[in-house]
Amino acid sequence: MSVINAGLKTRGDFSKLQEQLKKSRQDKSSYIAVCGDTGCTVWGSKKVKNIVQDYLEKKGLGQKVGLKFTGCLGLCESGPDVMVFPQGIIYQKVMESDVEEIIDKTVLRGEVIERLLYQDPLTGQKYVYADDIPFYKKQERRLIGNNWTNDPTSIEDYLSLNGYEALVKVLTSMSGREVIEEVLKTRLRGRGGAGFPTGLKWEECYEAVSDRKFIICNADEGDPGAFMDRSLLEGNPHSVLEGLIIGGYAIGAAEGIIYIRAEYPTAVAKVRLAIAQAEEMGLLGENILGSNFNFRVSVSIGAGAFVCGETSALVASVEGRTGEPRQKPPHLAERGYLNKPTVINNVETLANVPFIIRYGADHYGLTGTERSKGTKIFSLVGKIVNTGLVEVPLGMTLREIIFDIGGGIKDGKEFKAVQTGGPSGGCLPASLLDSPTDFEELSAAGSMMGSGGMIVMDEDTCMVDIARYFLSFLEDESCGSCFTCREGISRMLEMVEDITRGNSSLEQLELLKELAQVVKDSTMCGLGQTSANPVFATLRYFEDEYMAHIIEKRCPAGVCRDLITLSINGELCEGCGACLKKCPGEAIQGEKKESHTIMQDKCTKCGICLETCKFDAVIKQ
Amino acid sequence: MKALEENLRLGQKDPHIQQNGSIISLLQEIQERYNYLPEDVLRDLAKKRNVSLMEIFSIATFYKSFSLTPKGKHKIVTCSGTACHVRGSEKVTREISRKLGIEPGSTTEDGEYSLESVNCLGACALAPLVVIDDQYFGSMSSAKILEIINGYATKDAACSCHAQTEEETPEAKTA
Repeated sequence: MSVINAGLKTRGDFSKLQEQLKKSRQDKSSYIAVCGDTGCTVWGSKKVKNIVQDYLEKKGLGQKVGLKFTGCLGLCESGPDVMVFPQGIIYQKVMESDVEEIIDKTVLRGEVIERLLYQDPLTGQKYVYADDIPFYKKQERRLIGNNWTNDPTSIEDYLSLNGYEALVKVLTSMSGREVIEEVLKTRLRGRGGAGFPTGLKWEECYEAVSDRKFIICNADEGDPGAFMDRSLLEGNPHSVLEGLIIGGYAIGAAEGIIYIRAEYPTAVAKVRLAIAQAEEMGLLGENILGSNFNFRVSVSIGAGAFVCGETSALVASVEGRTGEPRQKPPHLAERGYLNKPTVINNVETLANVPFIIRYGADHYGLTGTERSKGTKIFSLVGKIVNTGLVEVPLGMTLREIIFDIGGGIKDGKEFKAVQTGGPSGGCLPASLLDSPTDFEELSAAGSMMGSGGMIVMDEDTCMVDIARYFLSFLEDESCGSCFTCREGISRMLEMVEDITRGNSSLEQLELLKELAQVVKDSTMCGLGQTSANPVFATLRYFEDEYMAHIIEKRCPAGVCRDLITLSINGELCEGCGACLKKCPGEAIQGEKKESHTIMQDKCTKCGICLETCKFDAVIKQ
Repeated sequence: MKALEENLRLGQKDPHIQQNGSIISLLQEIQERYNYLPEDVLRDLAKKRNVSLMEIFSIATFYKSFSLTPKGKHKIVTCSGTACHVRGSEKVTREISRKLGIEPGSTTEDGEYSLESVNCLGACALAPLVVIDDQYFGSMSSAKILEIINGYATKDAACSCHAQTEEETPEAKTA
C-alpha cells in the first residue's frame, strides 16, 4: 500500500516519502523472506509462501511479522530458501510441513531449527546465519545483496532501500554530460558479452544530433547456462529501470524500451509491474519531479532468436522484422531503432548505474582490478556443489569462485574445465584456475567474460561433445545471411560429429581447423565471427581428447555413444531384475537371482540400467 | 475457416506492450490464442494488414517461439542449455523422443503430446530440466522422465519434482 496516493512532484515529496517508508520498515524489522526466484519456485517456494501467510494470519501475527516473496537468495541448488529476520537466519529445502515450526520456534522464540540449516558439503559444518556461510562471505553482493530485504513487487521496499535516490540526484543536480563523465570515470564495461565501455557508448549517442533518441535494455539473455539477467529483473526490477531512466537522461532520450525474451514470463510480469508503479509514483512520465525531463518505457517481447543479442539484429527485432544483423558502421548511436540514435545496454550494466551515481565513481572503483572495475554476477552451474547466483569483485580467481564459493565439484569428482562466455566463449582447464576473472585476462586465456554464465565441467564431461553441443546450438541459431556462418557451422558440426563417432582422421582434424579459421575471418557479425570458438576453445587445451577419439576410437569421459559399450559384471550382479524391467529397448536378459547380460545389438545406450543398478554391476567402457 | 478476430488488437491487455503493431507482436497474440499459427489466420492477417504473406512467413519461421503446426494436448519442453547438457539432458530428450516416437519440434499423431527442446530456461540449478504443461521437473534422468510420462499416460497425478522416485527393488534394499 502506498503511503501517499498522488504522484511525487518535487524532490521534497520524494524525501518525505522515503523517510516515512524507512521508518515504517524499521518498525517492522521482523519478517520472513521466501525466495521467489524461478529456481526456488520450481522447488515449491510459492506454496511455502502461501502457508507462511496463512499461518501468520491464523496466529494473529499478520501485522507484527512481515512476509516478502523475494528475488534470488543465491543458493538455488537447495531451495526453497527461507530467511528469518531480523536475525538473518537461513533455512534450506524448506517444505510446506516446516512452516509452522519455523514460525513457532524461530520467529516467536528465536530458536534455531538444526535440520534446516545449510551444511558445508566439505567440512560438514552447519551455519545459522547467511553472512557466515562461505558461499556468501566471499561475495560482494552490490547488485543482488538487497534481494533478501526487497520485495520485487513493492516500489516502497525499493524506495526504503535508497532506491531512485540516484535518479533524483541526476535530475536535480547533474547534467547529462556530468552523468556520462561519472560513468566514464568508473570504466564500466558492458556486462552483456562484448564488454564495450558504457560511458563511451553513451557519449557517442549524447553527441548525436536528433529529434528523437532511444535507449534499449537488452534482456534477451540468450547464452545457455546464464540466468543473471533474469534473476536481476525478477529480484530487483526497479534497479534496472532506474538505470535505464538515468541512461535516458544522460544521452537525451525520452523513450526507453526493455527487450525481454519470451522464455522469461515472470521477469516480464515483474518489469511491467515496476513500470506501472514508477509511473504512478511520478518517477516515469512527463516532467519527472518537476525537472522538465520526460521519459516513457515500453516492453518488447522477443520471439526466441539467439542472434538478437547482436545489437543491430535486436533493433531489427524490436522494429518487428526478422532479427538479422546488418553491416556496421553506421553504428547504432548514429542509426539505430527507427533510424534514430540508440544506445543498447545489458540488464546488469544498467543495474550498476544507480550504484555509481549514488556512491560516486571513486567508491565504485574500489572494487575490481586496474582495468576491470566493479563486480560481476555469475550463474555458477553445471557439476558444482553450490549451484547458484553469485556476485564477486572483478579479478577474483576462478579457483576462489568455483571452490571457495561454489564448494567444489559435485560427487567428489575431478574438475576438468570451466566454460565462460557462452557459445562464443571458451573452456579453461585446471592449470588456469588461478586466472583472475577480468576482461583482459579471460580473453588472453582464450575465453571471455561474456554475460556471466560459468559452467563447471568434471571428468565425466567430454570436451569434443561440448564442441559438438555448441556447434549444434549455433547451427540452429545462425540467422543465415552469411554463407560462411550458415554453411561453415554445419560443415564443422559434421566433422566434429564424425570425431565423436570415431569416424575421423588427423587430416580431417586439420581441415576442421582450417575451416574454423575461414569462418572466423569471413563472417559479418560478432556472433558469426565467434561461431568457430567452440572448436578453437576445446582444441586449445583439450587436443588430447580429440586424439583419443580420432586415433584410439575412445571417448575418455564415456559420453560419446558410438564409442562406449554398456555391460554387466556377472560377479556383482544379483539378478534383481531392476534393470531388466526398466530397459526401454528390452536389451537385457537373465533369470531372477542370476546374473544378467546386455544384448549389444539391442542396446540404445540410454544408461537407464546404469542409473537403476544398486550394486554398481553395470559397467560403461 | 478461422478468421482473425476483430478484437485481436494490440495493447488492449497491457498499456506497456509496444503498440507499434509489429507483425511479431501480432503473431505472438495469434499464437497465444490458437496455440500455433494457423495458415488461414496468417492469410487473413496479410490481407487486413496489407503485408505480403511472404514477409509474415519469413518472421514466423525465423523466430523459435512460433509454430506452424498445432501443439499437443500435453506440451513437453526439455531444456538443452549448457548446464542441462553437462548433466545429461540429451539422454533425457532422446528417451522422450524414443518413447513418444517423435522428434523434438513435432507432435504425436493422436495429438496427445508435443515435444520441444529449447536452449535455456534459466533454471540451471534444476538441471536437467523438463517442463510438462508449465509444470517443472528438475534433476531429471532417462528413467525418471519415463516414469513421469507413463504417469501422464495412465492419467495418474504426476509426481512433483521433489518426489525423487525410489526404485521398488526389495532385493536392493536388503543388500
